[in-house]
Amino acid sequence: MTDRILTVRMEAHPQDSHTLATYEATGGYRALRTALSSMTPDDVKAQVKASNIRGRGGAGFPTGVKWGFLPEDLRPRYLVVNGDESEPGTFKDRILLERDPHQLVEGIIISSYGLDVHHAFVYIRGEYPKPARRVQQAIDEAYAAGYLGSDILGSGFSLDITVHLGGGAYICGEETALLNSLEGRRGEPRIKPPFPAVAGLYAKPTIVNNVETISNVPWIVANGGAAYAAIGPERSAGTRMFSLSGHVNRPGDYEIVMGMTWRELIYGIGGGIPGDRALKTWIPGGASAPWFVPDEHLDTPVTIDDVGANGSMLGSGAVIVMDETTDVVAAAHRIVKFFAHESCGQCTPCREGTTWLERILWRILNGAGRPSDLDLLLDVCDNISPGLRWPPAMTTICPLGPSAVSPITSIMRHFRDEVEAKIRTSEGASVG
Amino acid sequence: MADASDKVTITLDGRQVEATAGELLIAAAEKAGTYIPHFCWHPRMKPVGMCRMCLVEVETPRGKMLTTSCTMPVADGMVVDTASAVVEKAHEGILEFLLINHPLDCPVCDKGGECPLQDQTLGYGPGESRFVEEKRHHEKPISISDLVYLDRERCILCARCTRFSEEISGDPLIEFVERGNHVEVNTFPDEPFVSYFSGNTVQICPVGALTAKPYRFRARPWDLEAVESVSLVDSVHSKVSVESSQNEIVRISGVDNDPTNQGWLSDKDRFIYEHIHSPRRLTVPLIREGDTFREASWGEAVGLVAERLGAVPGTAVAGIGGARATNEDAYAFSKFMRSIVVTPHLDAQLDDGLDPEFAAAVHPRARIDDLERAATILLWGPDLKEEFPVLYLRVRRAAAHLGARLVVVHPRVTGLDLVATHTVRYRPGEGPATLKKLAAGDGDLAAVRAALNEGPVVALVGRPGLAEDPRLAEAVAAFARDLPEATIMPLVRRGNVFGALDMGLAPTLLPGRVSVTDTAARTALEDEWGALPEGVGGGATEILTGLVSGDREVLVLFGADPMRDHPDPTLVRSALEAAGFVAAFDLFLTDSSRLADVVLPVAAFGEVAGTVTNLEGRVQKVNQIVPPPGQARAAWSILDDIATAMGGSLGATGAERLNKEIARVAPAYRGVTWDMLDWGDGREGIVVPLRGADQPLRHIPVDTGVPTVTERPAVHSARVLYDDGAMLRNCPGLAGLAPRAAIHMHPRDASILAVRDGDRVLVSAGASVELPVVIDAGLAEGAVYVPFNLVETAALGAPRSIRIDVVREDAS
Repeated sequence: MTDRILTVRMEAHPQDSHTLATYEATGGYRALRTALSSMTPDDVKAQVKASNIRGRGGAGFPTGVKWGFLPEDLRPRYLVVNGDESEPGTFKDRILLERDPHQLVEGIIISSYGLDVHHAFVYIRGEYPKPARRVQQAIDEAYAAGYLGSDILGSGFSLDITVHLGGGAYICGEETALLNSLEGRRGEPRIKPPFPAVAGLYAKPTIVNNVETISNVPWIVANGGAAYAAIGPERSAGTRMFSLSGHVNRPGDYEIVMGMTWRELIYGIGGGIPGDRALKTWIPGGASAPWFVPDEHLDTPVTIDDVGANGSMLGSGAVIVMDETTDVVAAAHRIVKFFAHESCGQCTPCREGTTWLERILWRILNGAGRPSDLDLLLDVCDNISPGLRWPPAMTTICPLGPSAVSPITSIMRHFRDEVEAKIRTSEGASVG
Repeated sequence: MADASDKVTITLDGRQVEATAGELLIAAAEKAGTYIPHFCWHPRMKPVGMCRMCLVEVETPRGKMLTTSCTMPVADGMVVDTASAVVEKAHEGILEFLLINHPLDCPVCDKGGECPLQDQTLGYGPGESRFVEEKRHHEKPISISDLVYLDRERCILCARCTRFSEEISGDPLIEFVERGNHVEVNTFPDEPFVSYFSGNTVQICPVGALTAKPYRFRARPWDLEAVESVSLVDSVHSKVSVESSQNEIVRISGVDNDPTNQGWLSDKDRFIYEHIHSPRRLTVPLIREGDTFREASWGEAVGLVAERLGAVPGTAVAGIGGARATNEDAYAFSKFMRSIVVTPHLDAQLDDGLDPEFAAAVHPRARIDDLERAATILLWGPDLKEEFPVLYLRVRRAAAHLGARLVVVHPRVTGLDLVATHTVRYRPGEGPATLKKLAAGDGDLAAVRAALNEGPVVALVGRPGLAEDPRLAEAVAAFARDLPEATIMPLVRRGNVFGALDMGLAPTLLPGRVSVTDTAARTALEDEWGALPEGVGGGATEILTGLVSGDREVLVLFGADPMRDHPDPTLVRSALEAAGFVAAFDLFLTDSSRLADVVLPVAAFGEVAGTVTNLEGRVQKVNQIVPPPGQARAAWSILDDIATAMGGSLGATGAERLNKEIARVAPAYRGVTWDMLDWGDGREGIVVPLRGADQPLRHIPVDTGVPTVTERPAVHSARVLYDDGAMLRNCPGLAGLAPRAAIHMHPRDASILAVRDGDRVLVSAGASVELPVVIDAGLAEGAVYVPFNLVETAALGAPRSIRIDVVREDAS
């Protein structure tokens, strides 16, 4: 059984996996030839749907279903690849962009053929100059080789790809903010509906998919959707990129088949905690995900649904491990500060609330906490994400504001005594 | 149009309520009597759902969900809770968030007392704040234009101002900068918020973040007295609220009148009131003594005017003006001149308008609201942004947001070109040839001609420039009326010019849209007024040449400044100097009234009540809120005194009584009373004639064969919004906003003359003035553009031909 798809080539050819020569020599663009010569666009869509692949950007929405939302009669349509990977601890798309860009380009071409798209965009975060360069090189090579442009490989199908670099805003990873940014507007999420599939880029039907999602398409088309669906647990099909960071002996990007337990991931693949210190907590799916703790979650399977059922998410596959030496209030503060910094500022609760939360945590950290801050923190969180449920309810347009709530509810749930202790020691101190 | 099938039923707080499908929930709720608090939502702009104040709970298959009612269209069966515990907590939360960084400097804030943030905090707020940190600080306030201050600390970032400037006015010069907690509204570096519409952002700001410099710290809202009125800055007649404190008008705000201004005003509408309280206002009658004036009593001044008007045959007397007066004053002047003085020489226009029969009685006539349904709009006339700014907003809305195709024909780039489907540029003088080519769809105009084939078509026609033949507009209208479902709107700018024409202040018209040659109507009017003068009188230019030649001897200027508004100021000066006697009704000593023998101080806007008529024939009421200064009086009462002194009687004992006389005597105005306009169905105004009333004159536009002129350079002379008119000159806030005078040249013409941007040239027609050159690629080649009536260009007027001499620096 296949246990790796996306990282095989970069592992085997560490020096030049990004070049067209290596890509072609290792089977690259064969899926494209197959698709263009012997598959209809509907066949491509059917294979992607049959693969059961779920979006790798964070929300985990089934890709084939998303593709089905495009209205039949509206043209042009656009495909936008989301490479604005900006969440702390997430660095999986980076190596796919940097080290196997042709895999992505081929995925884009096949997907565009399936979707009847003739102009695709790759939006890459501005802090990824090398990955962006590599993707542009790959696109240039693909044009030169006849894989892009008009009448690709004599099939009559034409496609152009434009690479666009972001301006350093995490929010542009949110698909509608990304579209605004691509259009030259402020990176602010749009109100949905309409969804991008109906009115996206330039108000035209648009599919926005993550880099990793699209990078899987050549394999799916080459091997069939059923083969992909057979990998891993039923509702978490395929392999999955994980970015493992924090207090582990072997941090890094890993492509794994979902279904193993967190224990296996952290202690097996991650090599355990340095100095054999005790595991205190970990974030299972990026900075916006509620935290897991060993007592409750170490034997929970790493699948989209199991993590969801336990009140968190696999999100973008960023696993941040924290050992017993971690000051969880400081960790939560750092994450909240990130979201406050990255709030686009359009919705009142997120713009004002995330900064307020950050400042309360800062006070507590700096010896100026008040006993009332415990309730205040939770109530401000409640005003951003009413009911403090999972998945979160929102008083905002997009989930960025509620993302800042997760670390606070996590520490209040699992480590309330540590927060209280900081406040007790600061009683009598003046407000900072 | 909505019909019964568009109706849906929603459950609003347990109540069954009817709404229109697709309507936004917040609007549907308000109609049903349920107010949902909000800041960013504005009924005249697209929703953005940013402030989050209008959250309500809507039932969905997945349970109740908080959603912004400003972005949620109603659907049949929708169940909405606007006051659940969850909603109330959300409201408290949003308000607490908004207030944590708000400075709460309400005691010194212009908005205090009429502030949505204050009101909603009282109604929906948490009562106390738990925020103990330092608030966000910004420099207070920063000047973002000549008229507007921005206080970023007060701003709650609702994007009303930024949306207005992008969506409504099309001057996107203010924008959010930065992000998150650092977001602020600001201008772009080195680009001030220069917009003709900036005051609207002040009015719609839900806090005191944007304040108007002329109003800042002038009053507290609870001390203001207000009346509804209409702006007389141009003939669109936007509805306004005129607000005064201690007998001084301190503010004008836009009122949302759906068929006209939809809430918006130009900054000229909004800040023009400053002239009313200018220390230069005339407060006492003046009588000429040599080169100066002496103050006189009303008795003496009225006696002198009556004596001099009575000393010559009636036909030796002529009257110019009335376009700034109310219908009642215009009617009184018309009656006075025709029945007391007995002269047919009357003109409210200054040869800067259109044929009076065409302007007053064109058929079929367009309404502003026709723009909402227009498939195609043909604009061949003035640059609306400069001369009819609120009409510009309506046309822009139709073209940018309602899908109308817009064809703009003008000698120069206009404010609407950006939203136009087609623009046609031509040299002034060559309009007739351009029209012929357009009508035939020849050459490069084939696509433009084709664009005009989809109706309904609204044709807005007027004079693109004052140096062009005024009959061109009617020729365009004659072409346009054959387009599918076409209606025509003649564009003449001055305040109440359409009211004045309708009151008979034109050589060819009698009150109520009646031709002076209509025998039956003349007889009916003679029953009321007594004998009328014979024949058709002379228009403004004929009156002026008559004064020079001696055919006319006496001139009454009725609120007119021909030295500045007539295209030929040299002729005007000769006429005023040649006249045996000139009486001027005026607010100020203008270039014209300065040459009069008697100057009579009259009441201004806000100082009299009356009716006025806009460019679509809509009659609305203007109201009094302050008394006139000193001894200044309503014009009708002065005319009544002069009539009495001449041994006659106008029978005018009050403006409302004059209105009743108009409603009886003027056919097209039959039945239109103040009561209807103040309290009845006429609050949006009444387009005359009322159903059942008669309009004797219906003017079908005809092309009279306007000659093409191919003189070079062709002269384009047009007004700008802020010119050197008498009212603007006396508004401290607006006077400095006039553009720098210059002569604009197409780059190729400039290269032929070997002049560069900023070089100086001597421009000569009747007078010579030295002007800097502006290279203007937006101008038709072969034409030059000189703004009309700026301080430096006033002496030129609008000549049809000019001579240009390059001023060379002396090499030695």
